[in-house]
Amino acid sequence: MTTMTFGRAITAGLRRAMDDDPRVILMGEDIGKLGGVFRITDGLQKDFGPHRVLDSPLAEAGIMGTAVGMAYRGYRPVVEIQFDGFIYPAFDQIVCQVAKLHYRTQGAVKMPITIRVPFGGGIGSPEHHSESPEAYFTHTSGLRVVSVSNPQDAYTMIQQAIACDDPVLYFEPKRRYHVKGEVDEAADPASSDLGAARVVTAGSDVTLVTYGPLVSTARDAAIAASDDGISIEVIDLRSLAPIDFATVEASVRKTGRLVITHEAAQSGGLGAEIAASITERCFDYLEHAPVRVTGFDIPYPYSKLEFHHLPDLDRILDGVDRVMRRPNSLSGLDGAPTSEGAAL
Amino acid sequence: MTQEGSLPRSGRTEAVGGTAEQASGTVHPGPSRPGADELVQLIDHHGVRHPHGHYDGLVADVDGPALQKLYEDMVVVRRIDAEATALQRQGELALWPPLLGQEAAQIGSGRALRSDDFVFSSYRENAVAYCRGVDLADILRVWRGNASSGWDPYTINMATPQVIIGAQTLHATGYAMGIINDGADAVAVAYFGDGATSQGDVNEAMVFAASYQAPVVFFCQNNHWAISEPVGLQAHVPIARRAPGFGIPSVRVDGNDVLACLAVTREALARARSGGGPTFIEAVTYRMGPHTTADDPTRYRDANELEDWAARDPLARLATLLDSLGLLEADYTDSVKAKADAVAAELRQGCLSMPEPAPSDVFKHVYSTPNSWLDRQQDHYERYLASFSQAPQEGSR
Ligand SMILES: Cc1ncc(C[n+]2csc(CCOP(=O)(O)OP(=O)(O)O)c2C)c(N)n1
Repeated sequence: MTTMTFGRAITAGLRRAMDDDPRVILMGEDIGKLGGVFRITDGLQKDFGPHRVLDSPLAEAGIMGTAVGMAYRGYRPVVEIQFDGFIYPAFDQIVCQVAKLHYRTQGAVKMPITIRVPFGGGIGSPEHHSESPEAYFTHTSGLRVVSVSNPQDAYTMIQQAIACDDPVLYFEPKRRYHVKGEVDEAADPASSDLGAARVVTAGSDVTLVTYGPLVSTARDAAIAASDDGISIEVIDLRSLAPIDFATVEASVRKTGRLVITHEAAQSGGLGAEIAASITERCFDYLEHAPVRVTGFDIPYPYSKLEFHHLPDLDRILDGVDRVMRRPNSLSGLDGAPTSEGAAL
Repeated sequence: MTQEGSLPRSGRTEAVGGTAEQASGTVHPGPSRPGADELVQLIDHHGVRHPHGHYDGLVADVDGPALQKLYEDMVVVRRIDAEATALQRQGELALWPPLLGQEAAQIGSGRALRSDDFVFSSYRENAVAYCRGVDLADILRVWRGNASSGWDPYTINMATPQVIIGAQTLHATGYAMGIINDGADAVAVAYFGDGATSQGDVNEAMVFAASYQAPVVFFCQNNHWAISEPVGLQAHVPIARRAPGFGIPSVRVDGNDVLACLAVTREALARARSGGGPTFIEAVTYRMGPHTTADDPTRYRDANELEDWAARDPLARLATLLDSLGLLEADYTDSVKAKADAVAAELRQGCLSMPEPAPSDVFKHVYSTPNSWLDRQQDHYERYLASFSQAPQEGSR
């Protein structure tokens, strides 16, 4: 076991994948000498050379489209998108080409491209630097979408993503790059499934589903709620497409209550998919309608106000109180649900 | 109009250090267009004014006092830059993109514009905003994190700064297409960096501009770096050579020479106004500071390179020229300093006195008319915030 930051764990995972397979090529803006704006590729160009760690011209469609060509040629490109908001210029290449080539060619062409996206907010950045675009990609068949939340997963899952023959969007919660944790570098990435969710804390009253940046907030919420005698089971989805519904379903059958939290806007978001799917699968087990605690349906706000938009411990606990039918922000002070609250 | 017609036929040519070839280390056997790589320069870096057969005519009106005014502008915007950098270091701004070294390119081009021309810029063109008459504190609003944009574009005829690299070049072109439809003689000007020229948007903008002969000026500040990437990674030949391939005449200008920048921009604007279509200007300059206050250029940039460019400083050369003309007397420099001090004080004051936004502001302006989805979210959030003041303290929270 080694203690390392979340960011360093990704670097270590990349390094190992590059050591193991010479076809792994890194591409992106500023990833060479600078080591990327978040320094995730720090030192890799020095060690593997400019042909394996390519500083690319400033053109996201160009990076993604040439990665497609590299993949045709048998390489396994790992693309760094500098910030979440800059993935959109590459959107066409991702959804029309990367996602569909395997299907279009009846499996003849593999697109083992890993797309690393530092995402999410909470770091006081200007616009286009704090977005949560995952739902655009989970809506596109043919793509795998994962999000990591801790150093061990970061280390393991980047290797799994690179080894996977499908294209994988690998969402890195940038506000957690400096958080430290234990990493078992000897762990064999092939021994676990890239698509599997993880039960972070076991509980019996409420299932709290999340991923990426909010996993640690959800865990804190579980600890805070236990002081009030509420037992929360926190699930880190890890894979956002496909979703490991079996794990969520088993939990909801036990708890009867579901809260989903993510930073992305609510409407058409992943929370809606999870709420609908679990309602279909577990309707008879539910004691309350699933509740979503999410970002608002607004463009990501300027930094002085971002903490209003981002779900935090208190907003998650308020959502928990709603499914527990305890006094909450939408109920009367006596605890009786208002019609508005009940309608939720 | 032929492409060649737009190029300077005579005059001074100087190889400015760090051209695209030098940065990339290789010269590609690209299409050779004699003259396309020539660098228009009227004031060299020793502060010597050189006559130019073509461009002198375009700046014939720039007399001593006008030169002094350009100098004052550059001193003031350098001071704005320094003050904003200090505010960032003091924790008053989240981030700041310095323009240090690019004053001549921005003032020279910015002062060529008419008030009804419309500017589409990226994030570094604060000196252009100054020329447009921006309220000083408005420059800082976004960087302080207090707003999504600093000003109403129509008040100063300048779009709010663009973060998505290159996107604004298409906007400028579309605006220019609107100008044609309206039968007006205004011009749209797009500012962008050398890195931006790699983006599809910029190349598509040139296609549209050429196809419709749109009155747009593409003003590329080749400051040699796109964060850590040297210009040679974006272009293997001088960037000005790219536009002619799209059917757009181009010119390379010494971006640290304010007079030359004024001259070439005036020519491009005049061409656009008279129905001559787009022009591409490559202003060869240098970013002397970091990319933003979050960047560490020592990781990728050679100190000697910086030194070379410091010797080509746009302010120093104009000061030398003014001095040689007897236009740098103490009362003048004192007045320039006083102006810069006053502007800096106003900027700081404007920054520190900016009102804090209200929580409900996050819901404003998402749509132009009310919307039940969002109204509901806002209502719930306000009830949530209110619950903190109303709820009896219970349990641990
Ligand atoms: C589409 C997009 N990709 C990446 C970025 C991140 N980024 C911000 S500035 C920059 C470099 C821009 O260089 P250049 O165009 O030369 O302009 P300069 O900053 O030098 O003025 C990059 C890569 C961005 N803002 N937008």
